Amino acid sequence: MGRYLARRLLMLLPVLLIVTVLISSLVYMSPGDPVRVMLGLRANEEAVAKIRAELGLDRPVYIRYLKWLASTVKGDLGRSLQRNEPVTEMIADSLPYSVQLAFFALVVAVVLAIPAGVISATRVNTWIDNFLSFWSLFWVSMPGFWVAILGLLIFSMHLGWFPVSGQGGPIWTLQGLSYIILPGLILGFRQVAVIMRLIRASMLEILSADYTRTARSNGLAERVVIYKHALRNAMIPTVTIFGLQIPEFLSMSVIIETVFAWPGMGRMLVDAVLKRDYTLVQGIVLVYAVLVVLINLLVDILYIYIDPRIKQE
Amino acid sequence: MSKSSPRKRAETHLKGALRRMQTDKGALAGTGIIVILIFLAALGRFITPYDPNEQNYDEMLLPPSLSHPLGTDQYGRDIATRIIYGCRYALLIGVAVVGIHFVVGVSLGLLAGYYGGYVETIIMRLVDVMLAIPSVVLAVAIAGFLGGGIQNVIIAVGAIGWRAYTRLVRAEVLSAKEQVFVEAARAIGCGDLRIILRHIMPYTMAPVIAYTSLGIATAILWSAALSFLGMGAQPPTPEWGAMLADGREYMQDGWWIATFPGVAIMVTVLGFNFFGDALRNALDPKTEKRI
Repeated sequence: MGRYLARRLLMLLPVLLIVTVLISSLVYMSPGDPVRVMLGLRANEEAVAKIRAELGLDRPVYIRYLKWLASTVKGDLGRSLQRNEPVTEMIADSLPYSVQLAFFALVVAVVLAIPAGVISATRVNTWIDNFLSFWSLFWVSMPGFWVAILGLLIFSMHLGWFPVSGQGGPIWTLQGLSYIILPGLILGFRQVAVIMRLIRASMLEILSADYTRTARSNGLAERVVIYKHALRNAMIPTVTIFGLQIPEFLSMSVIIETVFAWPGMGRMLVDAVLKRDYTLVQGIVLVYAVLVVLINLLVDILYIYIDPRIKQE
Repeated sequence: MSKSSPRKRAETHLKGALRRMQTDKGALAGTGIIVILIFLAALGRFITPYDPNEQNYDEMLLPPSLSHPLGTDQYGRDIATRIIYGCRYALLIGVAVVGIHFVVGVSLGLLAGYYGGYVETIIMRLVDVMLAIPSVVLAVAIAGFLGGGIQNVIIAVGAIGWRAYTRLVRAEVLSAKEQVFVEAARAIGCGDLRIILRHIMPYTMAPVIAYTSLGIATAILWSAALSFLGMGAQPPTPEWGAMLADGREYMQDGWWIATFPGVAIMVTVLGFNFFGDALRNALDPKTEKRI
């Protein structure tokens, strides 16, 4: 297990390296001079040149890249061009909020999606299956930002059930919880739709498999057949595809964070892009990429526990 | 002899698929929505008496009525008119983005699957890298750095979705390479390019075509999201995402401002999803048995 992990971690390095090249070339190719954005249109040439030299922007691209890479490896992502604060610290401040929101949504998704998928698969083509299928297609087709706006409009502004936006302290306090519920539910519901469809599809296949018939003919209770045999096996493809869905999930969280003014990394990214804060954007994109590859690794490890066959291999 | 040629088989396969689609309710709904969308995009300007961008301060924030079926926005512009004009942007962006995905994704997939070796390793590593960055994060970075505008939205969303096509096509090519007709083509002296384009590509197209319709839906969703975040179409362009962003501050004054552009996006996306799902089921011979 230790060796497997070490090998997997080592394999991530080239992927992350190419990610850094990609982000840096994107920054390099983008039009507009960040220093001029920083200093305003009327800045004189001397000041612009001075700041450029201070930031190292007057040097060749590959030197800038290598310098950035060297300090990145040491955990220093440079200073934000707009706020002149260390990017690493800014990300460290906002990341916990993103994780809180994502975790809340994920719990909502898993708690609701598994029973919904099982119900759908065991009652194929009944009204409840049709309803759940339609409901999930509906959620997948609705633009996330629109649902978020409507949620704000209905539940926060008109009904006054939740605060309008922002973050209200630690989520274990009632006030903190009241702020996370609406964005968390909206982010989670969309995943419910995705996971539910996956579970339904794989359960359907498994329920008609030979070993399910054997389990039934051995006189096992239907509940045991469904939960112990079918659901456990249905989780294998579900976990795989859910692992592939992680980037999509993070994508949606960027949008939800922005609409709800949630002080996470996603909202900071949108702000940074609009203000052309290149170093901050570079840092955030890299951290997202690291998150995705690490979560994928976690999913692969999770796999070993769900599917004992893999451990034997 | 002609009966078993791959081309003939492909035709009958397509015919079967079309026949299956005619009885599918989802396909019917999807086709209906797409036809209406195309109709509105082409002829919408003759239906509505209003200009999408003309501001009318006597008619600000009017609720839905007979003269303004979907109400007016904070500048007194008719929302229905703006949504109708927006059909054009949605279709244009959706088709252009999927065009980029198709060309880039399918070519890379064909190359990776056919040549294998180093070519495959390089292309598939590139796909891995693209999979490591969440699509909105990358699209936001690209669109933001390029500066707003429809063209840059198309580039940004175009840059993120091709990887799925590459994976799909590569897998299909790997199975196509083992087929007798490829061996036969090689035996009669066809070059690589001819084998790839004339023999392998048609074989790989069934899943890709279905995916294209679903891809248009995703492209419309993502580009609307970019416009909403302020990195895509800029106001006063009657693009649906930009309309939502533009009207956001006024949504408390009139529910219709934030509601209808979103409904337009949702119906459009549902339409392409329905159509794509039905197409995929119809083209996939496995589903026939299941039903």
